[in-house]
Amino acid sequence: MEHEVDKRSFYEVKKGFMSWAITLDHKRIGIMYLVSVLIGFGLGGLFALALRLELITPDKLFMADKMYNQSFTLHGAIMVFLFIIPSIPASFGNFMLPLMLGAKDVAFPRLNLASFHIFLLGAAFLVLSIFLGAVDTGWTFYAPYSLHTDTSVVCAVFGAFIMGFSSILTGVNFIATIHSLRPPGMTWFRMPLFVWALYSTSILQVLATPVLGITLLLLMVERVMNIGIFDPSLGGDPVLFEHFFWFYSHPAVYIMILPAMGVMSELVTTFCRRNIFGYKYIAYSSIAIAVISFLVWGHHLFVSGQSDFASMLFSLLTFLVAIPSAIKIFNWIATMYKGSIDAKSPFLYFVAFILLFCIGGFTGIVLGSLSLDVNLHDTYFVVAHFHYTMMGGVLMAFLGAVHYWWPKMIGKMYNELLAKIACFLIVIGFNVVFFPQFLMGAKGMPRRYHVYDPEFHVYHVISTVGSWILAVGFIMVLYYLIQSLRNGEKAPDNPWGSLTLEWKTTSPPILENFESTPSVTCGPYEYKGSPS
Amino acid sequence: MSELDSKFIKHEVAHHFESAEQEFDTAKLGMWTFLGQELLFFSALFVAYAVFRFLYPAMFLEAHRHLSVNMGFLNTIVLLISSFTMAMAIRSAQVSNKKHTFIYLLVTLVCAGMFMVVKYMEYMEKFHHGLLPGRWFTGEGTSEVLHIFFGLYFCLTGLHGIHVLIGMGLIIWLLIRTQKGEFYSEYYTPVEMVGLYWHLVDLVWIFLFPLLYLVG
Repeated sequence: MEHEVDKRSFYEVKKGFMSWAITLDHKRIGIMYLVSVLIGFGLGGLFALALRLELITPDKLFMADKMYNQSFTLHGAIMVFLFIIPSIPASFGNFMLPLMLGAKDVAFPRLNLASFHIFLLGAAFLVLSIFLGAVDTGWTFYAPYSLHTDTSVVCAVFGAFIMGFSSILTGVNFIATIHSLRPPGMTWFRMPLFVWALYSTSILQVLATPVLGITLLLLMVERVMNIGIFDPSLGGDPVLFEHFFWFYSHPAVYIMILPAMGVMSELVTTFCRRNIFGYKYIAYSSIAIAVISFLVWGHHLFVSGQSDFASMLFSLLTFLVAIPSAIKIFNWIATMYKGSIDAKSPFLYFVAFILLFCIGGFTGIVLGSLSLDVNLHDTYFVVAHFHYTMMGGVLMAFLGAVHYWWPKMIGKMYNELLAKIACFLIVIGFNVVFFPQFLMGAKGMPRRYHVYDPEFHVYHVISTVGSWILAVGFIMVLYYLIQSLRNGEKAPDNPWGSLTLEWKTTSPPILENFESTPSVTCGPYEYKGSPS
Repeated sequence: MSELDSKFIKHEVAHHFESAEQEFDTAKLGMWTFLGQELLFFSALFVAYAVFRFLYPAMFLEAHRHLSVNMGFLNTIVLLISSFTMAMAIRSAQVSNKKHTFIYLLVTLVCAGMFMVVKYMEYMEKFHHGLLPGRWFTGEGTSEVLHIFFGLYFCLTGLHGIHVLIGMGLIIWLLIRTQKGEFYSEYYTPVEMVGLYWHLVDLVWIFLFPLLYLVG
């Protein structure tokens, strides 16, 4: 079975539209996901800018009530379903998982392509719904309002339903890949921690997403046929919808954050030249977070009338999530200790993640406390909290991953100085947008209103100005990445001096990933002179 | 092997696997993972069933009398037989018996078809009595929320029925490939995978039958 290995990069082996549209190569599929989620991010970001602009005055500026509701719904739905959920696992996961393991592809390449096509189909329905009367229910599609609004709920929900299958099939593929395609010597505890993070993410995708699928299916059936499951006027139970929805959507926030945490482990070891502190604890804490995340959904329902006992249990379980999360944070910080830190732009995003995610995490504890949540529920405090975790956490990790793996994926370097400036702008802009939201939320500014008490005016103005700083930061990133694509300096195989396997092949990798199957003899982060 | 070689098309292991065994194990793991998601897909409906049965126990008792236990029982038997023949089809493929593989798969397909015919007759009978899903419901009973039971009934059996139809499609695909001689002792992965799926479809019905038909 010996055959000559094609030494050209995977971009050069084949060209043209069809070489992308029907490719089975995990690297091309990863790149296509990356482009798709970036488009999703841009679209969701435009809605965010429009919302912030509307909120610069306490009265109506340019959006009617309904249009405002539609805009925040689309901002949420697009960011969640088109950007954050597929962002790291589907793009970097697809590209990097086989490379980091030392495999030639994922376990089921055809299924992988199918899940990308399914993703596009679902995205098409979601985008179509914008033109058929954009949904105004909030991204959570809560019944009974979602059953009675005249907007195109069925079309949007059908899109999310379809995209769910894309997520499930990716999860199935990754689980099988990690179990079966490890080359000789790549034991479980020699896998890079990003792979562990993808593994726990996949478990969540496979076990939680089908519940969202059936929930959205029931919502569609209820809306079309009025079967009476969620509609209280027909004897149904709208709170049941909330339970079903959050049974998926709480694990879903860990589908978003776990891969981000995986990226963090890669960044901190590479840029500190040091072995990770407490490898096994970080690996196990990913699994622990995945397991606990299934048991906390009730903290979204503290004011829904569920029993006090249930609320107390859910509150306690919510606090438990803080433990494995803190283990990770402490281990990353301990990894930095006595490391030779090279503060390149990916590492700056690592620092940003630690800072912002800690704020997001601590305010999560605040919201998980029953007595405080009763006051803070549905205020801007909640909005700020999840933006600190999702944007401050996942997005920073996503940008860190973009800057870290760009040379490997594209084969070109980018302007490091501009990258650092953009990183500072993004972190500053982010805090200017969202920190005031904690303050006004604590003072009682409710979310999802565009006409508000003048008391909150100053906070909203600061927040809106911050959104412009953020936008400038993102445009800068876009600018120097495009510049790098066009005439960036050619990237060496291993620009950061990292030890994980994806850096052992060419940049960009060859079609078969490696010239010969790599053999693994030590852990992924055993840098010279670093204690193991 | 020379006799086998002439009767069967030799299977090529995909490029990213080291051996046929690794390929088979991977497919099997993937399939079991997929079945895990199938279980959770149905689970929410079972939870909805439990919630409404707890809320309206008397209505459930009344509603289930509209279902025909005989028909449900017949379908249970038909599906159990089909699971048996499916298992036999896998066994036949494992010992490279092309003829038996084909026959057992065909019997499985016929059973699945019979299941759908019985289901169709049941649905028609329900429609005749106005026991339609949701807004078309005109059935009469003492309970005001009788439509919820039938909403759940049509969701559960409908979703299960869709799974049976998908299974039938897959079995037809297997029949064609069996006829071409693609399955033999060293390669029968698709037969085994569809078999796993088919047993799950059977299993879901095993739960649906008592929950819907045998409430009393």
